[in-house]
Amino acid sequence: MNAAAWPRADRASARLLLLDRSSGKLSNRCASDLPGILRRGDLLVVNDAATLPASLQGEAEGLGPIELRLASEDAGTWRAVLFSAGNWRVPTERRPAPAALGVGTRLKFDGLTATVTTVLPQSPRLLSVRFDQTGAAFWAALYRAGRPVQYAYLSGPLRLWHVQNGYAARPWAMEAPSAGFVLTGRLIAALRSVGVQLAALTHAAGLSATGDAALDRALPLDERFEIPAACVEAIARAKAGGARVIAVGTSVVRALEGRALERGGQLLAGAGQTALRLGPGFVPQVVDGLLSGIHDPAASHHALLQAFVPRDWLDRAHHEAEACGYLEHEFGDVCLIA
Amino acid sequence: MTDLKECNVLLTGASRGLGRALFEQLAEAGARVVGIARREAPLQDVASQLRARGLDAHALGGDVGDPDAIYPIAGAAQALIGPIDILIHNASTLGPTPLGPLLDTPCEELARVLAVNLLGPFRLTKAIVGGMLVRGRGIVVSVTSDAAVTAYPGWGAYGVSKAALDHLSRSWASELAGTGVIAVSVDPGEMDTEMHRAALPEADPNGLARPAQVAASLLERLREVRAEDSGQRFSLAAAGPR
Repeated sequence: MNAAAWPRADRASARLLLLDRSSGKLSNRCASDLPGILRRGDLLVVNDAATLPASLQGEAEGLGPIELRLASEDAGTWRAVLFSAGNWRVPTERRPAPAALGVGTRLKFDGLTATVTTVLPQSPRLLSVRFDQTGAAFWAALYRAGRPVQYAYLSGPLRLWHVQNGYAARPWAMEAPSAGFVLTGRLIAALRSVGVQLAALTHAAGLSATGDAALDRALPLDERFEIPAACVEAIARAKAGGARVIAVGTSVVRALEGRALERGGQLLAGAGQTALRLGPGFVPQVVDGLLSGIHDPAASHHALLQAFVPRDWLDRAHHEAEACGYLEHEFGDVCLIA
Repeated sequence: MTDLKECNVLLTGASRGLGRALFEQLAEAGARVVGIARREAPLQDVASQLRARGLDAHALGGDVGDPDAIYPIAGAAQALIGPIDILIHNASTLGPTPLGPLLDTPCEELARVLAVNLLGPFRLTKAIVGGMLVRGRGIVVSVTSDAAVTAYPGWGAYGVSKAALDHLSRSWASELAGTGVIAVSVDPGEMDTEMHRAALPEADPNGLARPAQVAASLLERLREVRAEDSGQRFSLAAAGPR
C-alpha cells in the first residue's frame, strides 16, 4: 500500500473503510460521512495531546553528530532514542547504528544541553536524559531546537502545525495521535449537530518505530495519560444510553483500557501510566469501536486491532483497502471499526 | 461566574502597560499564567517577581506577529500550566509613531499592524480554541479600542486592525455558540501607558486611568462573563474621547 506523502488540504476528505462489527461487512466511505455513520448519542473520545518537536539534531561529547528522538517524559527525565547522524530522509532501518553512549555523556543541541543518566536495558540506544534547562527556558529552547519526528515516506519537512490535531492542548505526544486529523472544525460541528458526543483525554503517544528490530519490539514503551472526570462521565452516559464509545486512535484505547484494567474494569478519572499492549484475545472493557489510521499488517497497530475484530477480517479489510488505492500512515486514509 | 483561581491563562503583551497589570493580578488571583511578549528581559523580570512571591507565573518570549511563533507559544504554554482555560489577546502595535495619516502610511506598515493585531490573535486562537471546544469550556478575550468604533485621523491602521479584531471575536462567538467556549472583546479605555504616550505624547497623564485599575475591572468583567455574553464587546472606559 502506498503511504500518503503529505497532508491533504481538506483532511476530512480522507477515505474511510468501515468495518461493521455486527455484520462483518466492509464498505468504502469518506471521513466526512461520519455524521451519517455514527448514531445520536455515540461518543467519540479523542486524545488532545499536542505533538512536540521531538527530534533533536545535536552532538554527543567526543562522538560527533547525533539525532535524539524524545520518547517520553517523567518529571523532568526524558527517555529518548539515539540515532546516528542523519535525518528523516533516510529510512530508519537503513541508518547505521549509533555509537554506544555511556552514562554521563554530555549532549548538546541548539540552545539545549543534557546528560545521559541511564542506558536502559531494552537497548543501548534507549537512554534516559536530563536537560540542564528547566521550566519556560527548557520549553522555549525545545521548541526552537526540535523538529517533528517524521519518516522517509513523506515528501518534505513537516512544520509543527502539520502534526497537530485541531483540538490539541498539552504537548505530550512525540508523534501525532493522527487518527484525529480527519476531525476538522466542519466535521466536528456536523457531528455535534447530529447528536454525536465528544470527550477528550490526554495520552502521551510515543515513537511508533525506530528501525531497530530489538527496540521496535519494546514499543510502545510505558506511556502516561490523564483521563478527566468529564470524559469518564461522558463514557458513563453513553453506556447508560446504549450508545457506543468510539476511540479516536489507538492511544485512546491504551489510555482507557489501561486505566480500566487497574481497577478490574472500572474506569476512574485520573492520571497514570500504562504498559498495556493490546492484541488478539484482549477483550476491551470500555471501548466499543475505533477510528484509526491504516497501517501495515506487520505493525503492532494491526495486533491492536485484533482486540476488536478477528485477524481474517482485518486481512480482508487490508486487501480491500489496497485494491481501492487507500493510502496508509499518519496523513493517509482511515478505518472505522464499529 | 468564573473563578480565576486554578484557571490556566495565556496572556499576550504581558511585559508592560495593561498586560503587565493583568499578568500580576491574574497570578495574584491564583491563576496559572503564561505571559508572552516580544521583549523577553522585562517580561522575565515580571514573572520572576511573581514567582518569588510563590505565584504560578511563567514568561515566554515570542512575537504573535510571527507565524512560526504560534505553535511554540501554544505548546510551551500548555506544557507549563496545562490546557488553556482563558486566552487573552492583549499584545498590539500602533504601527509607526508619531501616528500619521493613511496617505503617509507605508502599505508594509499596515500589513505589520494587521499581522500583530489581527492575524496573530487569529492564529493563536486557532491553536488553542479546539482544545477548549472538546473540553466544553474556555474564554477568548480580545483587547480592543475605541478606535475600532470611531475613525480618528491618524489612527487608521490601528483602528482598522481593532475593528477587524472585534468582528473576528464576534465571528468566533457565532461559530462556537453552544460549545461552552466564549469569545468577547473588551475596550479598556484610555490608560496611562507607554503605548498611549507614543500615540498621544501631549496628553495629560493625570486625566488617564491607571493600568492597574483597568486590569482590576477587566478581571471583574471576566469573572462575571457568561455564555450569553459571547460575541459581546465590553467597554470599561469611564468617559473620554478615545
